[in-house]
Amino acid sequence: MSTMAVPDVAVAPVDEGFWTRSRKVGLTLLALGLLAAVLFGALATDQQARFTLSDDAAGAALEINGTIGAILFGIIAIAAGAALLAGVPKRWFLPVLGVGLVGFVLSFLCWQVSAAPTGQNFMPLVNIIRGTFILALPLIFGALAGVLCERSGVVNVAIEGQLLMGAFSGALFGSISGSVWVGLVAAAVGGAFISLLLAVFAIRYLVDQVVIGIVLNLLAVGVTGFLYERLMQTDAEQYNSAPRFSNWEIPLLKDIPVLGPALFRGNIFLYVGLLLVLVIHIGLFRTRWGLRTRSVGEHPTAADTLGVKVLRVRYRNVLLAGVVAGIGGASYTLALYSFTKNMIGGKGFIALAALIFGRWNPTGALLAALFFGFADQLATYLSAINSSIPSQFLAMLPYLATILAVAGLVGRVRAPAADGKPYIKG
Amino acid sequence: MTNPNPQSGSPDKEPASEAQAAQNALGNTERASTTTAPKPSEPEPKPSLGRLFLDNLWAANTFTVTLLSLVLAVVVGAVLMIISDPDVLHTYSYITARPSDAFSASWTLVSEAYANLFKGSVFDPEAFAGWLNGSNGWQAVLAPISETLTYAAPLVFTGLAVALAFRGGLFNIGAQGQATIGVILAALAGFLLPLPPGLHLLVAVLAGALGGALWGFIPGILKARAGAHEVINTIMLNYVATYFLTWLIVQNGVQDPKRTDAISKAVDTSAQLPRLLGDNLRVHAGILLAVLATWAVAWLLNRSTLGFELRAVGANPDAARTAGISVTRTYILIMVFSGILAGLGGSNMVLGSTASALTPLVVAQIGFDGILVALLGRVKPWGVLLAALLFGALQAGGNRMQSYSGISLELVTVLQALIVIFIAAPALVKAIFQLRAARAARLQTSLAKGW
Amino acid sequence: MNVLYGLYQPDEGEILVDGKPLKLKGPSDAIGAGIGMVHQHFMLVPVFTVAENIMLGAEQTRGGIAGFLDRRRARREVAEVSERYNLRVDPDAVIEDLPVGIQQRVEIVKALTRDVDLLILDEPTAVLTPQETEELLTVMRSLKAAGKSIVFITHKLGEVKAIADRITVIRRGKTVGTASPEASRDELAALMVGRNVRLTVDKSPATPGDPVLEVAGLVVDDDRQIRAVDGVDLTVRAGEVLGVAGVQGNGQTELIEAIMGLRPVLAGTVSLAGDRIDGWKTKKVLRAGVGYVPEDRSVDGLVKEFSVAENLVLDIYDRPPFGAGLALKPDAITSSAKERIEQFDVRTSSADAPVGTLSGGNQQKVIVARELSRPLKLFIAAQPTRGVDVGSIEFIHSRIVHERDVGTAVVVVSSELDEVIGLADRIAVMYRGRIIGVVGPDTPREEIGLLMAGISPDAAAATDGGPATDAGSASEDEA
Repeated sequence: MSTMAVPDVAVAPVDEGFWTRSRKVGLTLLALGLLAAVLFGALATDQQARFTLSDDAAGAALEINGTIGAILFGIIAIAAGAALLAGVPKRWFLPVLGVGLVGFVLSFLCWQVSAAPTGQNFMPLVNIIRGTFILALPLIFGALAGVLCERSGVVNVAIEGQLLMGAFSGALFGSISGSVWVGLVAAAVGGAFISLLLAVFAIRYLVDQVVIGIVLNLLAVGVTGFLYERLMQTDAEQYNSAPRFSNWEIPLLKDIPVLGPALFRGNIFLYVGLLLVLVIHIGLFRTRWGLRTRSVGEHPTAADTLGVKVLRVRYRNVLLAGVVAGIGGASYTLALYSFTKNMIGGKGFIALAALIFGRWNPTGALLAALFFGFADQLATYLSAINSSIPSQFLAMLPYLATILAVAGLVGRVRAPAADGKPYIKG
Repeated sequence: MTNPNPQSGSPDKEPASEAQAAQNALGNTERASTTTAPKPSEPEPKPSLGRLFLDNLWAANTFTVTLLSLVLAVVVGAVLMIISDPDVLHTYSYITARPSDAFSASWTLVSEAYANLFKGSVFDPEAFAGWLNGSNGWQAVLAPISETLTYAAPLVFTGLAVALAFRGGLFNIGAQGQATIGVILAALAGFLLPLPPGLHLLVAVLAGALGGALWGFIPGILKARAGAHEVINTIMLNYVATYFLTWLIVQNGVQDPKRTDAISKAVDTSAQLPRLLGDNLRVHAGILLAVLATWAVAWLLNRSTLGFELRAVGANPDAARTAGISVTRTYILIMVFSGILAGLGGSNMVLGSTASALTPLVVAQIGFDGILVALLGRVKPWGVLLAALLFGALQAGGNRMQSYSGISLELVTVLQALIVIFIAAPALVKAIFQLRAARAARLQTSLAKGW
Repeated sequence: MNVLYGLYQPDEGEILVDGKPLKLKGPSDAIGAGIGMVHQHFMLVPVFTVAENIMLGAEQTRGGIAGFLDRRRARREVAEVSERYNLRVDPDAVIEDLPVGIQQRVEIVKALTRDVDLLILDEPTAVLTPQETEELLTVMRSLKAAGKSIVFITHKLGEVKAIADRITVIRRGKTVGTASPEASRDELAALMVGRNVRLTVDKSPATPGDPVLEVAGLVVDDDRQIRAVDGVDLTVRAGEVLGVAGVQGNGQTELIEAIMGLRPVLAGTVSLAGDRIDGWKTKKVLRAGVGYVPEDRSVDGLVKEFSVAENLVLDIYDRPPFGAGLALKPDAITSSAKERIEQFDVRTSSADAPVGTLSGGNQQKVIVARELSRPLKLFIAAQPTRGVDVGSIEFIHSRIVHERDVGTAVVVVSSELDEVIGLADRIAVMYRGRIIGVVGPDTPREEIGLLMAGISPDAAAATDGGPATDAGSASEDEA
């Protein structure tokens, strides 16, 4: 993506000199740490900031004095920044950066939690972690759909539409049949239907993939909205009361402290999503299917000369992506809510952001989705404790982070080379 | 690259990119398909004029493809109506026994819906009859047109915004965000600044343009300086703008002090666009500005040095750069101009008659609809104007269809999306209708350049 | 050749392998029939490792339906083939980090691991240094010794004569003749071009005036930030043609682009008639009286969708009479275009026709017409006649000489040695980012050829024709 260097930009010299990227990031981190230690430290109160290991205020908790915590974690961020500034070996870059960022976030939390109205000076970690994953769930499915598509060279801007169509047909057919499984299959087919349109128009009719993606989103919004008003609103009993997957607890894992109750005692879609990340990651980098997919997304002509059927690979992957996104849509209507008009509400585009932020990599996309989910959950939490931080600004975080990533400020992201380019033989 | 209409001497001589070169604007092709008929220099026995015209009409030229796309969209829309109506659907369960039931029920449903669509957007015979026998005023006759123009005005601006960027090789998906920032600044100028009428309106309109320009500048500079893809950045900025709007509305000094929900103070009347046909009809001066903007963009693209640079950069940035045109500067300018247009579209939404205060949904979908309008208008200024009129008509008629026939307004979104899908894939339309091999060589909306 | 490899379908005719007719539906059929191909533009996925590239399409897998890649086996296979044919490659190196010579080696290994009997090499030496070319020829000999058949496509006569056992000359899709390697260059050349080509250009001796272009100590990087021009000094005088010869990819492109302000100058100076112009924007350089014909007309020279008329003003559209302020004057543009079309004999249906509809030669004439239509101090033509028909070549050459005769300083960059010799008054030979020698046009071809290979005459004498000292350092590097 940022490889599309604009021609008459003066090319940065190879020799970056002292100010390598690592050092620049270090300086930024140092500044953030200072901000945290000084500002958050000053704003934090002397209340104990409690991070409870449960759903509510009760139970065991990690406690720290607000002011001390804010300053302490700020100093950790400063230290990490200073380490990067001083220069660390390359493989230490990410871990050190991670420590620094976590320090910054913790300092922020110490301030916020301690400054909350008296009696609410706690943050229920189980609740936060569960919320993070649940909010990240559609992003995970959506971003995986993006990975499947774009790794094979088809830009997928239609994630939103695929999720929406999945959610809708899951709800509709789940309701009609009264079976979650029928609903799930219908959701997958619904997502695949949008994918099929994307594939046919992008691959066969060579329509610009961004254009068709945008239009398909609108089509999905229109069709589901129309049918929602005609069918579901008039007869919700019949058409919009899909059964839900019951909670399913995973033995052993559910007993892990904090993580167990947060993640392994419920939503079946969460297990599916995490498993899919693993499967797609291994598939992409360890199997024949993955090798061919990536080759088609990077250099389709080369793949063709070696007998790889470029178009077939692309059709298959785009359809798979639709199935994955469709199931992601079902994670709404077959587990959490009943269908409402335009219920995905832009999550598909955050999923796109997670895909890019995660550098077209399943695991990266998962981490990005979790980061975005956390920002979302944090916004909910902060507004619950009447924080002075407007939730809208936290909601902007995923988008701003993606802009920074694409602009090359957080390392370079590079799309598959043939992403978005139709393959025409000869 | 072959000339799409060799005989007509290609009325439009500045095709900027492959996409546009292969296409003529809606209006142009109409002209082309008629002017191709008299071809004096043909040595072969001349087929009759009418025959030639028909031949041409049935060839896959732009005009025909557009028309047939409309037809296809309307057909798919009808199918959706039928399958979503349980009563009508029921008649199909015994279709073999009594097919007439199914057909007449379907026909009634569909024809009534589309009739209402037409009555709500163009002309309502009952209102006309009412005017003749004095039961209602002339306003009722013009009401549909007034509604259509009201909805079309902002779409002209956002459509032009997207089209202009397209011609310069950039895909501006951010018209929505640019319109949002535009609407914010226009509204703020509208209720915060105490200015005399006239000047106040001017300042408010310009504030909207400024907001759009700012929001277009960001992806422009990121593209030019860091090579960051404008599609991604404009998508992201759309959401940033939306969240900023929802935050801003509830701030002190902005929120309507009498209200607790998310709505701002109202724009002063001195900053509102004057209505054209009296207070009972909503059509306002925005549509005049829109026509002016269309003319200005057409001039800019085809008759100015800046437009030359823009088209050159859009068609071949390498050659443009080699010829001494600054590609980065052009990219930034394109995005700024595109943002200005989108921002003007946004200011239409709060200074016109659709709304006079900020709400979270004040800009509706005009940015996204603008993408469709630009594509339908074949990214040519006057084509965009026509496309915006069509979309405005669908909106206006959709309202009536919703209230009279109970067909959800969402059908309009479906129709709009379908029209553009079919337009974007003329090969599909051609295949469905078995059109003669296209005279217009390759009809494609493809700019395919990937991330 | 793409038909032979199954990429294109033949319209008619048939392909026989070992006497049996073969129907190729796609490249996999070709591979199955024992045909391998090394394409002119490498068919390697840049972000893949060598092993991944070699595996692709013929993956060895474990784990049944899951199809896990057996990387160990792929590595072993690469090692075996490398060993057998002495083609050393590191299976875990990533392609984009490798020099072109090694990438080509990967291509050959890729074909060999597929057990091909017939190897097609399409213009393999176009991107190679002479050193790498020599290595390639050695490899080809060893393949031949191992019983493989090779189809070697090239337009370089020397290489054909050095390696081929039989020569077939193809022109415009038809076989025009066969020859043995003993045939003389002139015979082969005549077969290739169809008539005895005149390689000389009519021109009178030059009368050089004052220096116009002066380049001193110029250092420029290429797109990958690798040093491409490494300390070039040049002077071109008014009324002379300086030819720049050299194998493509030795820094000629970057040198010219740096002069034109299209590429940052890292060190050194460029002066035009005494004014420092390095660091100037391209527009300013053009306005200062420099005409420029870029080497790739379809990428850098023309906007194909624009009309001929618009392309004729591509770099002066904003100057009177074509532009006044912000406004464009279409009438002036059209009428001037009609004049130019006449003057430069551009064959086009009209001034409004998109330039992409013109033939290559006429497209090139549009560029030349554009650049020669304003008063110039310096005219730079890079590959001015590449892919251009013979008639247009003569026309363009005569315009270049005419420009020299009116007192413009001219630089002609060409990888066609004959063109350089025919046009130039002095010839500068570039090798690895440096000017390795400046000679007169009467210098024997062989001597210039040696210079192009990086062997300066003194060194040649000293080392008895051995490779120059710094040659091949890149190609010898193991990744």
